[in-house]
Amino acid sequence: MSNVLAETKDLFTRNLRTSGIYIAFVAIVLLFTVLTGGLLLNPENITNLVLQNAHILIMALGMIMIIVAGHIDLSVGSVLAFASAVSAVLVIREGMPWWVGLLGAVIVGVLVGAWHGFWVAYVGIPAFIVTLAGMLLFRGLTLVVLQNVSLSPFPSEYKTIATDFSRGLFGEIVVGQSTGLKAVPVTVDVFTLVIGVLAVGAFILSQVRSRRARVGYNQKVESNVLFILKLVVVAVVVMAFAWALAYNRGFPYVLIVLGVLVLVYQLVTNRTVFGRHVYAVGGNLAAAQLSGVNVARVNFWLFVHMGLLTGIAAAVFSGRSNGAQPNMGNSFELDVIAACFIGGASTTGGIGRVTGALVGGLVMAVMSNGMSLMGVPQSLQPIVKGLVLLIAVAFDIYNKRRAGAAR
Amino acid sequence: MTDAILEMRGITKDFPGVKVLKGVNLSVARGEIHAICGENGAGKSTLMKVLSGVYPHGSYGGDILFDGQEVSFSSIRDSEQQGIVIIHQELALVPFLSVAENIFLGNERVRGGLIDWNQANHEAAEYMARVGLSENPTTPVGQLGVGKQQLIEIAKAMTKDVKLLILDEPTAALNDTDSEHLLGLLRELRDQGITCIIISHKLGEIEAVADSTTIIRDGESIETIDMHGADASQDRIIRGMVGRSLDHRFPDRTPQIGEEIFRVENWTVRHPTQADRLVVDDATISVRAGEIVGIAGLMGAGRTEFMMSVFGQSYGRDISGRVLLHGKEIRTRTVKDAIANGIAYVSEDRKHYGLNLISDIRTNITAAALDKLSDWASFVNGNEEIKVSEEYRRAMNIKTPTVMQTVGNLSGGNQQKVVLSKWLFSDPEVLILDEPTRGIDVGAKYEIYEIINQLAAQGKAIIVVSSELPELLGMSDRIYTLAYGRITGQLPVEEATQENLMSLMTIEKNQKEAAA
Repeated sequence: MSNVLAETKDLFTRNLRTSGIYIAFVAIVLLFTVLTGGLLLNPENITNLVLQNAHILIMALGMIMIIVAGHIDLSVGSVLAFASAVSAVLVIREGMPWWVGLLGAVIVGVLVGAWHGFWVAYVGIPAFIVTLAGMLLFRGLTLVVLQNVSLSPFPSEYKTIATDFSRGLFGEIVVGQSTGLKAVPVTVDVFTLVIGVLAVGAFILSQVRSRRARVGYNQKVESNVLFILKLVVVAVVVMAFAWALAYNRGFPYVLIVLGVLVLVYQLVTNRTVFGRHVYAVGGNLAAAQLSGVNVARVNFWLFVHMGLLTGIAAAVFSGRSNGAQPNMGNSFELDVIAACFIGGASTTGGIGRVTGALVGGLVMAVMSNGMSLMGVPQSLQPIVKGLVLLIAVAFDIYNKRRAGAAR
Repeated sequence: MTDAILEMRGITKDFPGVKVLKGVNLSVARGEIHAICGENGAGKSTLMKVLSGVYPHGSYGGDILFDGQEVSFSSIRDSEQQGIVIIHQELALVPFLSVAENIFLGNERVRGGLIDWNQANHEAAEYMARVGLSENPTTPVGQLGVGKQQLIEIAKAMTKDVKLLILDEPTAALNDTDSEHLLGLLRELRDQGITCIIISHKLGEIEAVADSTTIIRDGESIETIDMHGADASQDRIIRGMVGRSLDHRFPDRTPQIGEEIFRVENWTVRHPTQADRLVVDDATISVRAGEIVGIAGLMGAGRTEFMMSVFGQSYGRDISGRVLLHGKEIRTRTVKDAIANGIAYVSEDRKHYGLNLISDIRTNITAAALDKLSDWASFVNGNEEIKVSEEYRRAMNIKTPTVMQTVGNLSGGNQQKVVLSKWLFSDPEVLILDEPTRGIDVGAKYEIYEIINQLAAQGKAIIVVSSELPELLGMSDRIYTLAYGRITGQLPVEEATQENLMSLMTIEKNQKEAAA
């Protein structure tokens, strides 16, 4: 048993830099749970939290790759507005079907990404300048496309992805009776539970397979006890979360979108040649070039990915806000960038993880949500966020210096 | 006892894993021009960095006496306050600022908190006159030639009340007229009472200008020669520079040399920004299977530039010439082409050009040939990758428990083994090794030589660039000499000696033309 303890300890201390943010996340969640008297972890609140921040988390998946490669993208707020505006014009003004709008938003995002990628990769202008120009350019185009007015509302199908829940999709089951004057049957959503079971099943399957592959390659794996413990903990947490959702409105569709994207980009960054090249370019540009990495092509596709994700975020966010406004998406880029740096990305490139950016975004989401629940004045919230960002980057620099001294 | 302005006694300096200075003594008399000679890597620059406070007091061993006082500088600022100014080979001027602004940079002529431009320009003109410049002090430095920029550096030094002026390879980038002028100026400064230390590879120049010469070899001071003495000559300096006992041991090897497999013909490369400068000038070399070919040349001869331009045109512009593999011309427009055609290049500067230091051994080893580990959808097989890199870790004896170790935490020798692993994994036929043992301790050097020998035994064509002549003599089968971008000679190792290589390496352009 002491073996397992030692292993667990090793798991956390091995890489404090990356596990630090997870520990901080848990601490912040616990802190606000206590401060809000448990309101934070109320399932209703958790779904709200996800719905309110999905677009930021989606864009953070692209931004983390941009930052790892040593760039930055300041334009995502404007691009999100522009893509939403085009979609709103197509659907609301021109009366086209809802899916044309969603597709339009994504295509606009990809095209804008290719535009930025061209200037960064093939003309060689720093991304800071290119996307600063893009920030102005696409904000202006948003105004032009919308002719300076807000467009609203979208048809209900358009809003499904952003705002709807799965309740009743596969039916409901009765789990008890409510207590009160008139006994009403209490039900839970089947679809949500199915998703929960599928997620747990997929997780266990992939873990067992990767463990078997590692054993096949004679690599060290954690002991059986720890492995099973890990699976059980994850299964319990996921099922508890699913149960809580099922008990309420069901599974928000946007969480499916987010989940799929996280999986995809987790794979892209960790398992593909492209992902490796992104880290190589950010870690040492000259060495990457001399290893045969086509740096221009990597940079180009990076911005296309960012554009695609911004387009998807636009489809989600415009649905949620039920239209397009000239000033929508203002300063989103700052939230997205902050999420990446809080999540452990290095300011000089080469270091950063998709999961880190995700948790970084959630840290900010939980903080604003928690502060709102506590009734902290709106004006104080950016102050706290700013301080958290500073501390996170200070931690990064402190770590780097320590690593440098050890060299 | 002569009046010494500077005494350095028993200076030692360690870098992790290597002892760069092993007890250097240097005594410079007041008002003389003192030359320091030594091969690349002998420790000259390190010694000057110790003197000027770049390496602060406490990070080196030994004592420094300046003007009879023991000094302990903790930064360049401290040494400059005492009147020691160093002018580096790479000039530290800001090209967009004017001459006057550069001269007073960090030392601005201020009145009432604001810069007094009239005063500054007026004073700058006076200093410029002292070094023989008549340009307008408001001219941007970038518009002047390298020779004049060098003089501006000296003028800048003079504003700091310099007592001891150190010049690191001051004429390396200058043409003959500018060099003459500069050397004349040094004599004038000496007559005005400024002591000079000059580091140079140009022995003719040293003979002409220096009053005494200290030779440094392998981090030790060998001797100080009075240049006005009867036995002072270039030959004597060369003997001192190279005459180390061959205590570096090289692993035994029986060369098995086959057909010619690699050839570079009429290779000409221009400087990336100075279009009229030929960095490599009509060079032709060939390598046979199983052969180790050495390339010898002094700093600035164009060795690295030559090799990098061959490797996917990573350096220079307007490159012309042909690269042939097995007699067929191959495409080397990009690094990817070069790698695909079986060429590998191990850079002289592994930290900047070879490794991703913040990443682990595994990803560094596979970086140049990731395609070999990925499927049709470009997914990398992570387990196969760990297996492969573990194999290299063991085969190369990289001393660390796992391939997940961050490369930046390894010693120089182990880092170099990671770079070698990376290129071996790309399965090259031609391996270009640029300074493969720079900054590596003796034990690791031996291991690297063994690896290189094994590769040659496998029939690969190997090119080794090195500034250490004993290394080239110890490993190569044939040695080319490179001077000022031209191949000036080629010797089978049996005929090569440090002396005849050194004289081929110092052939200047006009000498070669005169000889031809």
